[in-house]
Amino acid sequence: MKRIILCIVLTLVSLSITSNVYPAATVKVDGSSTVYPITEAVAEEFQGAEKGKTRVTVGISGTGGGFKKLCNGESDIADASRPIKPSEVELCKKKGIEYIELPVAYDGLAIMVNPKNNWVDHITVKELKKLWEPAAQKKITKWNQIRPNWPNKEIHLFGAGVDSGTYDYFTEAIVGTEHASRGDYTSSEDDNVLVQGIATDVLALGFTGVAYYEHNKESLKLVPVDDENASNGKGPVLPAYDNVTRGLYQPLSRPLFIYVNKKSAERPEVKRFVEFYLKNAAQLTKEVGYIALPDKAYDLALKRFTGRKTGSIFGGQGSQVGVKIEELLQKE
Amino acid sequence: MSKQVRRLKERLIEGALLLSALFSIFITAGIIAVLFFETFEFFKEVSIVEFLTDTQWTPLFAEKHFGILPLFAGTLLTTIIAVAVAIPIGLTSAIYLSEYASDRVRTAVKPALEILAAVPTVVYGYFALLLVTPALQKILPDLSGFNALSPGIVMGIMIIPIISSLSEDAMHAVPMGLREGAYALGSTRLQVATRVVVPAAFSGIAASFILGISRAVGETMVVAIAAGQQPRLTMNPFVPIETVTAYIVQVSLGDTPTGTIEYRTIFAVGMSLFVVTFGLNMVSYWFRKRFREEY
Amino acid sequence: MNRKTLSKWFDSSFYVIGFASTLIGLAILAVLILDILFDGAGRLGWQFFTSYPSRRPEAAGILSAWIGTVWIMVITALLAIPLGIMAAVHLEEYGRKSWLTNLIEINIANLAGVPSIIYGLLGLGLFVRAMSLERSVISGAATLAILVLPIVILSTREALRAIPFSIREASYALGATKWQTIRHQVIPAALPGIMTGIILAMSRAVGETAPLITIGALTYVAFLPTSPVSAEFPFISFQGLFDPFTVLPIQIFNWVSRPQKGFFADAAAGIIVLLIITFLMNAIAVWIRHKYSKKIRW
Repeated sequence: MKRIILCIVLTLVSLSITSNVYPAATVKVDGSSTVYPITEAVAEEFQGAEKGKTRVTVGISGTGGGFKKLCNGESDIADASRPIKPSEVELCKKKGIEYIELPVAYDGLAIMVNPKNNWVDHITVKELKKLWEPAAQKKITKWNQIRPNWPNKEIHLFGAGVDSGTYDYFTEAIVGTEHASRGDYTSSEDDNVLVQGIATDVLALGFTGVAYYEHNKESLKLVPVDDENASNGKGPVLPAYDNVTRGLYQPLSRPLFIYVNKKSAERPEVKRFVEFYLKNAAQLTKEVGYIALPDKAYDLALKRFTGRKTGSIFGGQGSQVGVKIEELLQKE
Repeated sequence: MSKQVRRLKERLIEGALLLSALFSIFITAGIIAVLFFETFEFFKEVSIVEFLTDTQWTPLFAEKHFGILPLFAGTLLTTIIAVAVAIPIGLTSAIYLSEYASDRVRTAVKPALEILAAVPTVVYGYFALLLVTPALQKILPDLSGFNALSPGIVMGIMIIPIISSLSEDAMHAVPMGLREGAYALGSTRLQVATRVVVPAAFSGIAASFILGISRAVGETMVVAIAAGQQPRLTMNPFVPIETVTAYIVQVSLGDTPTGTIEYRTIFAVGMSLFVVTFGLNMVSYWFRKRFREEY
Repeated sequence: MNRKTLSKWFDSSFYVIGFASTLIGLAILAVLILDILFDGAGRLGWQFFTSYPSRRPEAAGILSAWIGTVWIMVITALLAIPLGIMAAVHLEEYGRKSWLTNLIEINIANLAGVPSIIYGLLGLGLFVRAMSLERSVISGAATLAILVLPIVILSTREALRAIPFSIREASYALGATKWQTIRHQVIPAALPGIMTGIILAMSRAVGETAPLITIGALTYVAFLPTSPVSAEFPFISFQGLFDPFTVLPIQIFNWVSRPQKGFFADAAAGIIVLLIITFLMNAIAVWIRHKYSKKIRW
């Protein structure tokens, strides 16, 4: 008996050597899995710099889930791959939560297929719409129904889940109505699942944030998108750095955000975290595979944060298709 | 300590012990209460007929469908494959251990088989996704990365000990007299095993099969990792599917807030799972009781 | 070939078939484990054990995972062991054949077969939401304690059952009360069996993933629960019980879900650690059972 007690005490003592002796401050972040790689990188560097004084937890409930948490006061920061929408503005107002909207990066939503797929060289927006709109459910199931010279084989679709901002943006941009799509595909808020699915299935097609392509180049094939609009880049365009920055990759270029709870921003650890985020976003965004905003944009965002300017510059209307980086700066 | 105080102390201790034993009932009551409450709320919004008969599961999309059949089809498919692997191998191995192997071999091998059951299921998930699926893809090039075949086979291997151990126990308990009678009539060992012992031990063997099925139905990690997240009503083992258990994991990872319909779906689905496995376990228990009574 | 020869041929070949099917499961497992060793052994090392998870596979480690596992194991054990032993003692020593006892026994047998994810749902609905314990160490440990309770109860009962009645009778003859007999004679004699059961139950808990995911153990946790030793008065802190956590199987699950090849090596290394812990616990349990079963001569 005594030995057992001794063992338990030893375990607890050894645990205490390794963990924090002071209760640590925590910053809670949750939301978009598209933005997640950036926030994860920032959190990792930040916690290292703070030497364990502050903890950051990062969840991937999806943009919708992140906003629900933020507006319920359950998290400090929401990762979002689209601007806040009316129902969420309502919720925040009802719960008395004010938010500070901060753009942190640009994304070119990537359409991808398996590397062994040798029949897709580009895809048009019209074809994507035919593939993903609600009417396609159970009807459009083979490749040759999209383009006659594609194989007569099943098409396996992988895409963001409904709580995902990527889903909201994609449906708005491609189908034309936010939140309207077919339901019979592999949907997940976790982009890693989608990448795994596409990378191991010859008949797969899917979409995720471009960072997930960048990090899994050997396992995926990027498909250029043609919006059949000559004014912003003729022909099929890849979500490469230059194309997105110059506004040529349409309609799938979009800004990525974090939304900070104004009251949380009063806490020193949250303030330090957000400032660290904006100061290091340029470098970490690039490392992670997204497109960094111009330095001026980060300065403006920082000013917005220090000024505690609340509300959304998009009027709380949800996804806006075709927002170019210069427009973003002008609005601020 | 006076006798009265000691008596009182004893009474208190007895009471504490009784409470501990009753706690197990509280647990079952708790499970049923939690599941029931959320399921009840769920069925306020979705009709039970739709839940049981609709062929699509798209609870979160614009066009909402709440049919559990696709998820159950996924569970059924993986279970059938698992059982198709485990029963032949498990039963053959049980016959071998019970009728053919020497005592020494049996005492050495039986615990060794338990190793298969001791491996954590997340490890089996890794096997299925990263080792078995690529190996299968070399034979079947059109096999999707997420499919039912690979986790099914791996689950089968995982439940071999359940089938083999319980069947072997059942066969071991068959009285020697029955076997001796058959041998006296000139049967070979195999004939004795298959025509006398197995039928005699049938209840116990059937109980082991049902327990194995129940285990496969309730398995979570292997299918969550390797079977996919696409609910579809199909018996095709080569494409991505989603099982009941994998759906619960998927939603839990996304961390839905309390009180929403998505939150309730995992309880409604969990309730169905509980009912099915409870039913299977009860049938297995009944079979084992019957078997025990015969001798 | 007449029927007799055919039957004889089947009979002899069955020696081979039977033996093969007995070992085929183990053979496949051996192949898979060798593969894992091959993939993951390279990652094992001091850095792996002392680093937090990272976005870069080479820098990732299992520090938060294995410490979380230790926390969960200790708290689960503290919850499940006393409760389980007490319940088993009641059922074995005090229980009379009544409808209540029957109900309890059927109940426990049934609970042992409930899928682990259902326990997760119970934990989610009861501990995380209804009792507002949030996704913390205590929620996870309570959920796992409930999960392993049937195992502890069943194995303790078996251990108690194995003690011959004569021991109890001798104790009563010397004037001891029932509880004194149990506490000083029966339980100490059954202790090896009880310990075996506890260790087996714990080794099952160490590998459980699904219930902890359901109650919401996060997958990105780059910190440790607050230490139970505090630097300020009163020098003991229970804050750690209410902190978020992760455990080894969940960290493995997280790495398996990430498509970059580098994470597979991390997952394999994590699996090696988990398998070593599991097999070690099982081996200790079997050794205890073996060692003490020989000693006792009634």
